Amino acid sequence: MNAVAVEGVWKFYGDFPALRDVNLEAASGACLALIGRNGAGKTTLLRAIAGFSKTGKGVIKILGTSPREPATRRNIGFIGHGIAVYDELSARENLTLYARLYGLPDPRQTAIEWLERTGLERVRDGLVREFSRGMRQRLAVARAFLHKPSVLLLDEPFTALDDRAIAVLQSLLRDSLAEGRTIVLSTHQLREALELASDVALLVRGQVAFHGPCTPEMVADPGLVYRRHGEG
Amino acid sequence: MSFARLVLVVMAKDLRAELRTKEALNASLAFAVVILVLLSFVIESDDVPQKALGNLLWLVFAFAGTLVLNRSFAREVPNDCLDALVAAPISGAALFLGKALASFLLVLAMELVALPVFGIFYNVRWAQQFWPLMLVTVLGTWGVTVIGTIFSALTVNIRLREVMLPMLTYPMLLPALLGAMELTGDLVTGTPIGPDTVTWLKLLVGFDVLFTAASVTLIEFILVG
Amino acid sequence: MRDKILYVLGALAVLVLARNLYVIAGLPQEAAQGAIFKIIFFHVPAAWTAIVAAITALTMSVQFLRTKDFKYDAAAVAVTEVGLAFLAANLVTGSIWARVIWGIWWTWDVRLTSALVCWLLYAGYLMLRHAIEEPTQRATFAAVFSILAFLDVPIVYFSIRWFRTQHPAPVFLSSNGSFPADWTRVLLSNWLGLLLLAIVMTAIRLRQEESQREIDSLRRAAHAM
Repeated sequence: MNAVAVEGVWKFYGDFPALRDVNLEAASGACLALIGRNGAGKTTLLRAIAGFSKTGKGVIKILGTSPREPATRRNIGFIGHGIAVYDELSARENLTLYARLYGLPDPRQTAIEWLERTGLERVRDGLVREFSRGMRQRLAVARAFLHKPSVLLLDEPFTALDDRAIAVLQSLLRDSLAEGRTIVLSTHQLREALELASDVALLVRGQVAFHGPCTPEMVADPGLVYRRHGEG
Repeated sequence: MSFARLVLVVMAKDLRAELRTKEALNASLAFAVVILVLLSFVIESDDVPQKALGNLLWLVFAFAGTLVLNRSFAREVPNDCLDALVAAPISGAALFLGKALASFLLVLAMELVALPVFGIFYNVRWAQQFWPLMLVTVLGTWGVTVIGTIFSALTVNIRLREVMLPMLTYPMLLPALLGAMELTGDLVTGTPIGPDTVTWLKLLVGFDVLFTAASVTLIEFILVG
Repeated sequence: MRDKILYVLGALAVLVLARNLYVIAGLPQEAAQGAIFKIIFFHVPAAWTAIVAAITALTMSVQFLRTKDFKYDAAAVAVTEVGLAFLAANLVTGSIWARVIWGIWWTWDVRLTSALVCWLLYAGYLMLRHAIEEPTQRATFAAVFSILAFLDVPIVYFSIRWFRTQHPAPVFLSSNGSFPADWTRVLLSNWLGLLLLAIVMTAIRLRQEESQREIDSLRRAAHAM
């Protein structure tokens, strides 16, 4: 059973098809890099996989069941364009909140652990609205990882990160892959993503133009996939 | 995590966030006082029966309450927090009830401050039927809160949200406001709830039950389109 | 084929209404109110048509939420707009009636007040639609709103009616004596005419809505290029 299975998915905005007959899968422990131009449908696809919106046609399965099942939701970690943490709460309060929502046994301890892991323990009682951009991103990463999800869905996670945040994220992603978790990430930052990826899929105008393993060729020349299978 | 605990977690989160800044609460309180002051110019307390003043109190509660209710789902918009809540293993019903409870407590707090102010400004001895008045206030406020919260969810993404929410909710709230007004008008002048007016109480309870059930059922469609 | 049916229905509507006008003009005048009483033949069926529209809108909204098929969304908005038009006709004829009988343009009688509140409620539906850009979200949220609005309609009517039994006011927009049997036939026949008219109007609006959707999706496709 694949960790993530997308079968015959169409997604419409009104009558406009943002995703057209998308078929993809990511095996357990794989890291799938989703690449494509702006407007190709990467965010739409990721959000559909995460269960934020229903698809017009087709089926999405995470760990064999619908992403909306509560048990499955416990196993999904999502980072979108927004950091999804509350400005008016402190870093610790934010993480404790999510730990509680995910039913973790010791929310406060989990929060402290993840603050340390992302290098935020010194500002743990500071309000998020006072944080720098990099700090907010690291907190978002902590939020997405703290319930130890088996499947991580990341929408352009490297965008606008500072070096420290990139390093933290890459290290966490490598650890996750080593632990057998599955990652699907969309990206413009080809280099950072392709270094981690085991598979690559190219989306062009809502359709999968290429889907295959990530080769050393691609890592050396990130624009290769676009040139071969994309348009221009 | 049980349903009830999840509701409390969400409620606590909203309350903590609001009490840290107190923006909506202060605005709501200030607005309530301002309306009470403005109304005094319209009404000469001697001419207008005290019963009508009791009715007007609910206009104050409804208008000032909207300032709090608007924030309910609006506070999830910055940073895309709503995404994280929808992704979490929490049912839409628990999310809705948690938020509604938080808003309910905040609006109730505003009302409990506005009530004595009203009593002072208009020389009304409002505590004569204290516990029935509290009952009516709780029932009426819950009705306003449920509608306000579900509509806050419906208007979360739209232009002119602050304007749209009142425009949409007040027609919907008319029955509950009517019931609360009639009952409060009586209670505030010391008239207990009688056989005629108990119908309003039943109306309020029916309204609350119906729209709580409807909102809890429909919220999933709003959260996951 | 569809066009042909519409033409036939439209012609039928015109025929029925024209014949009725002739019949109505020929009826004797009502004792207490005179000629203006005959406005009831349009005033009441207009309200009934609006109620049919509301029930249809509810059905279409529920169907949309169940199937996500946009034809139900198009039907819901079309039928709501037509219903609003007929409800407005009810309000205007009621106002004219009041003006002729009592010299005032408006009265807060139970049915008129309920009609006005319901009109505001469903006007809110249209306002909500206008404020949401994305088609799927617009259709979903509008459907939820439509369901909540429909649940509110009977409660609105009941609460206003109970208010009026507590605070009586003259009820004059009705017949004083009994309504003769052959007049009832004309009333129902006129309702048929109005229903046919409503169907034609809804069908035209439906087609316009579907064209608009097609244009929107083409525009999106063009932007994506």
